[in-house]
Amino acid sequence: MDLLWSLLAAPFADYGFMRRALVACLALAVGCGPIGVFLILRRMSLVGDAMSHAVLPGAAIAFLLFGFSLPAMTVGGFVVGLAVALLAGSVTRLTPQREDTSFAALFLVSLALGVMLVSAAGTSVDLMHVLFGAILAVDDPALVLVAAIASISLMVLAAIYRGLVIECVDPGFLRAVQGGGARYHFLFLVLVVLNLVAGFQSLGTLMAVGLMMLPAASARFWTMEIGRMILFSTGVAFACGYVGLLVSYHLSLPSGPAVILTAGAVYVLSVLLGPHGGLLTARLRSRHYQR
Amino acid sequence: MSIHASAAGASIVLDNLTVAYEGHPAVHHLHGTFAAGSMTAVVGPNGAGKSSLLRAIVGMLRPAEGEVRLLGVHPGDIAYLPQQTEVDRQFPLPVGDLVAMGAWRRSGPLAAIGAELCDRVREAIHAVGLGGLDERPIGTLSVGQFQRVLFARVMVQDAPLILLDEPFNAIDERTCGDLIALVHRWHGEGRTLLAVLHDLQQVREHFPQSLLLSREKVAWGDTAGVLTPEHLSRARSLAEGWDAHPAVCEVRPH
Repeated sequence: MDLLWSLLAAPFADYGFMRRALVACLALAVGCGPIGVFLILRRMSLVGDAMSHAVLPGAAIAFLLFGFSLPAMTVGGFVVGLAVALLAGSVTRLTPQREDTSFAALFLVSLALGVMLVSAAGTSVDLMHVLFGAILAVDDPALVLVAAIASISLMVLAAIYRGLVIECVDPGFLRAVQGGGARYHFLFLVLVVLNLVAGFQSLGTLMAVGLMMLPAASARFWTMEIGRMILFSTGVAFACGYVGLLVSYHLSLPSGPAVILTAGAVYVLSVLLGPHGGLLTARLRSRHYQR
Repeated sequence: MSIHASAAGASIVLDNLTVAYEGHPAVHHLHGTFAAGSMTAVVGPNGAGKSSLLRAIVGMLRPAEGEVRLLGVHPGDIAYLPQQTEVDRQFPLPVGDLVAMGAWRRSGPLAAIGAELCDRVREAIHAVGLGGLDERPIGTLSVGQFQRVLFARVMVQDAPLILLDEPFNAIDERTCGDLIALVHRWHGEGRTLLAVLHDLQQVREHFPQSLLLSREKVAWGDTAGVLTPEHLSRARSLAEGWDAHPAVCEVRPH
């Protein structure tokens, strides 16, 4: 019993920074879980990755103006990320170009701009923080930010859920009934950017994408109903946060990558064993229904 | 199933309608009226602008010239059955939810789908011959079954104006028969119907009116008078007249 306690719970009971990291993971999971599912279903899996790079110039400008101030860099990243997302979304809405292409084009421009600004600033060390984060250094203001973003994004998602689902399945339908599909699309993009920025300090934007996409990508192997996919990916994201933090604590490994690698392990298991299309499952299933 | 108060009386006026892709007209200077309660087949060779006409009426395409006027129908109160390729069939959604989309005009983005609407959804699924499959993911259905689901959604929409884009493509005979029976029922309820079709035999049997389109109007009226050998061969020759560098069209609206 003592062993289990010291293995599974003691790190969180003993250390405040571990508790805060765990709460940050919970908040990130609640926000990122559903967003990741919709990104995958809209075939925008790589857009999260693109956006995580696109926020760089915003963070760099804030860094140039205010020094290493997390609130300023968060706001800067959000503004630039939002601009890139809305521009790319508009290009897709108004021209025949597909979303993956317009996002790729604009995030590359934004990234190059960011790199140029960073080198103008003369130091790249601190800015690596933005990309890779430091979840064990999460302080109370950062925690409040992450929790607030998770709450906002859940509420907005609940409000746009029906429209967003229809917009994903059959965009022509909303146009025919004048349901305003663009509204849902753009609100969703805002949520994507918000949740990436939420990961800024804790996991870093690059790792935050991992928590967004890996559980969602795993979910498809376990269920074929969107509501269950969302529950699954939120639950798995949080579980990965918990397990990853423990692994990183006991083995003295960096925490962000430990969390994401745990999610990676879940993904591999899902690909192999998931009841819907898993590799081994298909091999093992020798029986089938009569009709 | 109860008929919507405004289920009848919708008509569509096309006034010099031109729809173009990159300047090349897909529908060219089209004039005419789909009368309230009419049931019209839109026929013509591939690339004749049939689907583009439907999309312009729905409002998915903006006319390059002219306009579409909808009379006796609220904008948005149109049931549009898309080609299956426009729907993401891999999306993890149960049949019941897809059919319930048809309730959008009443439920909007937020309102609950109440018991009455749930009953309508179940009835519609039953009426298209898929009773009991409400919980099935749409990704597991066959093409024919999925077409029945889309028809069920149209039923729930209960709209005065129904546009069907190639509703019987790749559909077996029995399914086709069932779905045509539904179309006749809608016609009987006074709804205005347009369907893009390829099977001329089917059009002659079931559709009183036809519009033969080949970018421009070739003939429009009673099916027997429209689907004559002369008209059909003229439609074919118009469709074949492809020119890599066509001159600019100078037709003035009259």
